[in-house]
Amino acid sequence: MMGSERVAIVGTGQTKHQATNDGSIAGVVRQAAERALEDAQMSWADIDAVVIGKAPDFFEGVMMPELYLADALGAVGKPMFRVHTAGSVGGSTAIVAQDLVAAGIHERVLTVAFEKQSESEAMWALSVSMPFQPPMHAGAGGYFAPHIRSYIRRTGAPDHIGILVALKDRLNALKNPYAHLHEHEITFDSVKESMMLWDPIRYSETCPSSDGACALVITNEKGGDAAASDGRPPAWVKGTALRSEPTMFAGRDQVNPRGGQECAWDVYKQAGIAHPRDEIDCVEMYVPFSWFEPMWLENLHFAGVGEGWKMVESGATQLDGDLPVNMSGGVLSSNPIGASGMLRFAEAAMQVRGQAGEHQVDGVRTALGHAYGGGSQFFAMWIVGAEKP
Amino acid sequence: MRDVAIISFAQTKHQRAVSDINEVEMLMPILGEALDGAGVKKDRVDFVCSGSSDYLAGQPFSFVMSLDAFGPWPPISESHVDMDGAWAVYEAWVKMQAGKADIALVYAYGKSSPGDIRKVLSRQLDPYYLGPLWVDPVSLAALQARVGLEAGAFSAEQMAEVAAASRRNAKANPYAQLSGDAEVAALLSEPEFVAPLRKHDCPPISDGAAVVVLAADGAARELSEHPAWIRGFDHRIEPHALGSRDLTTSVSTKQAAAKAGVGDKPVDLAELHAPFTHQELILRDALGLSDGVSINPSGGALCANPMMTAGLIRMGEAANRVTNGEASRAVAHATSGPCLQQNLVCVLEGE
Amino acid sequence: MSDIQLPERLEGVEPVRSIRTFASLTYQYTPGRAASRFLKEVERKRLVGQRCPVCKKVYVPPRGSCPTDGVATEEEVELGHTGTIVSFCVVNVPFMANLMEIPYVGALIQLDGSDIPIMHLIQEVPYDEVHMGMRVEAVWVPDGEISHTLESIKYFRPNGEPDAPYDSYKENA
Ligand SMILES: [Zn+2]
Repeated sequence: MMGSERVAIVGTGQTKHQATNDGSIAGVVRQAAERALEDAQMSWADIDAVVIGKAPDFFEGVMMPELYLADALGAVGKPMFRVHTAGSVGGSTAIVAQDLVAAGIHERVLTVAFEKQSESEAMWALSVSMPFQPPMHAGAGGYFAPHIRSYIRRTGAPDHIGILVALKDRLNALKNPYAHLHEHEITFDSVKESMMLWDPIRYSETCPSSDGACALVITNEKGGDAAASDGRPPAWVKGTALRSEPTMFAGRDQVNPRGGQECAWDVYKQAGIAHPRDEIDCVEMYVPFSWFEPMWLENLHFAGVGEGWKMVESGATQLDGDLPVNMSGGVLSSNPIGASGMLRFAEAAMQVRGQAGEHQVDGVRTALGHAYGGGSQFFAMWIVGAEKP
Repeated sequence: MRDVAIISFAQTKHQRAVSDINEVEMLMPILGEALDGAGVKKDRVDFVCSGSSDYLAGQPFSFVMSLDAFGPWPPISESHVDMDGAWAVYEAWVKMQAGKADIALVYAYGKSSPGDIRKVLSRQLDPYYLGPLWVDPVSLAALQARVGLEAGAFSAEQMAEVAAASRRNAKANPYAQLSGDAEVAALLSEPEFVAPLRKHDCPPISDGAAVVVLAADGAARELSEHPAWIRGFDHRIEPHALGSRDLTTSVSTKQAAAKAGVGDKPVDLAELHAPFTHQELILRDALGLSDGVSINPSGGALCANPMMTAGLIRMGEAANRVTNGEASRAVAHATSGPCLQQNLVCVLEGE
Repeated sequence: MSDIQLPERLEGVEPVRSIRTFASLTYQYTPGRAASRFLKEVERKRLVGQRCPVCKKVYVPPRGSCPTDGVATEEEVELGHTGTIVSFCVVNVPFMANLMEIPYVGALIQLDGSDIPIMHLIQEVPYDEVHMGMRVEAVWVPDGEISHTLESIKYFRPNGEPDAPYDSYKENA
C-alpha cells in the first residue's frame, strides 16, 4: 500500500495561550496561521488547502465554524476541511493535512486547530446531561480520577509521582513564552499542598482552561528540500497513525488502552523504530492530569508495564533527562482543547528543527507527538525526524 | 493516483422523526447491509470515517457513541468530520491515495427531529454579526432565490418544475420521505411560505443515515463486478458573508467541477445536493449540465434531507446507478453552509 | 492578541472586547429501543441488563449495541441491586451547583450479574473509608418518586458484605 510522497513540516505557529484571549475567534486562528506562514516564509497565496480542527462546537457556540472562518484563513476558492475527533482532534487534523500532501493531492497545506474556551461555559458544554443516561457527577477529572486510582493500585506507585510530573511540566513552561501558566513560585511543596480536587488529582496536577490556536505549514519533498537549502531545516514526517476503540466495554483497560499500544507500534514501525526508548530523543504527549505521564510511558512502550512511574521518579523525563517529556510544559500548562493535540505535534516538529528556543533539547533527531481524546479511546500520533526518510 | 471506487451503499428509510431508535440503532442495520453488499467483514476495513454534527444532536462528542454501532474492536484506524458524510468520503479517499488503506467504510447520520432545525442551523452563522440575529437557513435561501428571480437567472415556474420532477423521480425510491405526482400549476397556486419560497421549494425535515464502502485497485475489482470508480474529486469554499458573493451562481461549484474534470466527457446523470429548488437550477448551470442529463433520479434532497447525510446519499445514489449500468459517467455533489457556501463534486465512472 | 490595536482616529475609544449572545436550544432526546426497555424496568424498580449474543457480556445500562461486536443486545438479564466498587474518586469541586456537599465520592460500580461498571454516587459512609472492592447496594428514591430515569437510584451505600477479592473485578479496574 506504499508509494506516498515524502512530507515535511516547514512552518509552525501558535498564539500565547491564556485564559481569555481578547481577539475574535477569527483573529486567534489567523494569528497562529500567520505565524506559521511567516515561519515557512510563505504567503496566503502559496497555500493550496486549509484543514481545520477543533473540539465540540458548543465550546464557542458556533456550529461548524469553518464556514465562518473561511475568510479569515484565506480559504476562499480553496478546499477547506473540518475535523473533529474529540481531544485527539489537533493530532488527527494534522494527519489529514499530511495525508493530503503524502497523497500528492496538494503541495502546500495549512492546518490550524483552536479552542476559545472563554467564549462559552466549557464545563457546561462538556456536561450537557442526557436524561436517560447515568448522571455524570464530577466533570472530566471525575471521569479520569478512577483510572488513575486503578493505575496506582496496579503498580504501587507512590503519591509523589504525580507531583513530580506537574512540577516538571510547569517548570518547563517557564521556558516557553506561549505557555498559559507561568508559575514562577511553584515548588514540590506548593503542588503537594494544592487542593485535592478529584482525589487522587490535585489542583496543580490539572490542566488549565485556555484560549489558543496552533498552525502548521506542511509541504511535499520539494518544499522540504527548498526550506533545507535555505537554512531552515524542516521536520520530516516518518509515520502517522490513528486508533479508536469503544468508549465503554466489558473488560476495557482504561489505564493501558490497547488502542494506544497498537497506535504506537504502528507509528514506530512506519518510522523503522524497534526500540522506542533508545531511538526516540524526546516526546511531547497529551497529559491533562499529571498521572497520565507514567501511564502513557507504559502505553507508548517507553517503560515496561508497571514501570512508568519509576521512569518519572528517576528523572529520565526531565528536560535534561535521557527521554525528555513535554518540553513545552505540555497540556498541564496550556490547554486550548481543540489545539492541544496539534501543539504536541508542533512541539515535536520544533524540536527536530532546533526551533524550540529555551526548551530545546540538544541534538534531537527523532521526536514523537502524541494526542488522545475522549475517555482514552481515541489516539493520534506522529514521528518526525531531522533526516529525510 | 490510485483507482478508488464506491462498491457498496446502504441507507435508512428517511422519516420526519425517528423517535423509537437512537443513532446507534439507526446505524447498525445499514452498516451490516453495506458490509454485506461489499462482501466483506468489518475486520477487512482499514479505515473508518464518519460525518455528523454535535449541534444537530444537541450533545458534545455525539459521534463518539455512534461508533459503537460499528463495534471498533480490536481498535481501528478512524476519523470523524463535523461535516456532511460526503467530506468523510473525501478524507477516506485521501487516506487511500496516501496508500494507508485499501478498504474504507464511511457513514453519516443526522437526526433533525430532536431540536428546532431552523434555530439550530442559525448557529452556523458569523457569531458576531449574524448569529445574534438568529437568521434561519430558509430565510437565507429565500433571499438567494429573490436575487436570482429578480436577476432573471431562473423563474418561479422553473423552480416548481424542479419540485415536481424531484417528487416524480422519488416515486421509484423506497427510501424517500416525499414522492408523488404534482402539477406545476397546482404547486404555483400554493401560498408562499417564506417569500418567494413556497413549501415545495424547501426540503423536508428528515432523520436518516447512510453508509458507503470504498475499495482501491485490486480490492475493488475483487469485491465488485462493476465498481463505481472515482475519477475526479474536489471541494471548494466561498466567503461566509452573503454580501460578498454573487448568489445567482455557485463559484465554488464551478471551481470544484473544473478540478474534478466534470466537463471533460459527457455526463449521463447527476445527483445534486440542492435542498432548495432554485439551488438545483444554480448547480445545473454551474456544473455545465446539458438538458439531456438525468438530474436527481433519486428525488434528491427535496424528497429526503437528513442533515450531514444528504450529500453522502448523493454519492451512494450516483454510484449505484453507475454500478447497475444506468449511467456510465455520473456526477455527485454535496453542499454545506448557507446558500451553497461550500461545495463538493465527485465524478464516478464505470469501467 | 492581549490588546486590540485600533486605528488612530479611534484613539481613546474603548474597544469592544466581547458581546454576549444568549443561545437557548431545546432538544428532545431519543433513548432508543434498548435503553427504553431498560428504563421501563427501572420504573418498576428493576435493573435489567442485556447480553451480547456474540461475546455473551452483559451490558448495563444498554445502549443499543455491543460496543465491541456492533450487534444489538437482545437477551435480558435481571441484575442485583448490589455491586462492587471497581474504582472511585473523591470530588472536592463544587461541580453539581451545590446540590452535593463536598467532598463526595463518585464511583464505578459493577452490578452483580453485569460485566461493565456504571458511574454513581457513594453515600452514607465517610468519604475516606470508601475503597476498591467495597460491596455496595442501591438506595432508591421513595416508591412514589420512582420513574424511568437512573436518578431513581439516589446513590449506593455499603451493604456490610466483606470486600470482593481484587481478581473478581480487576477486569474492569
Ligand atoms: Zn459482544
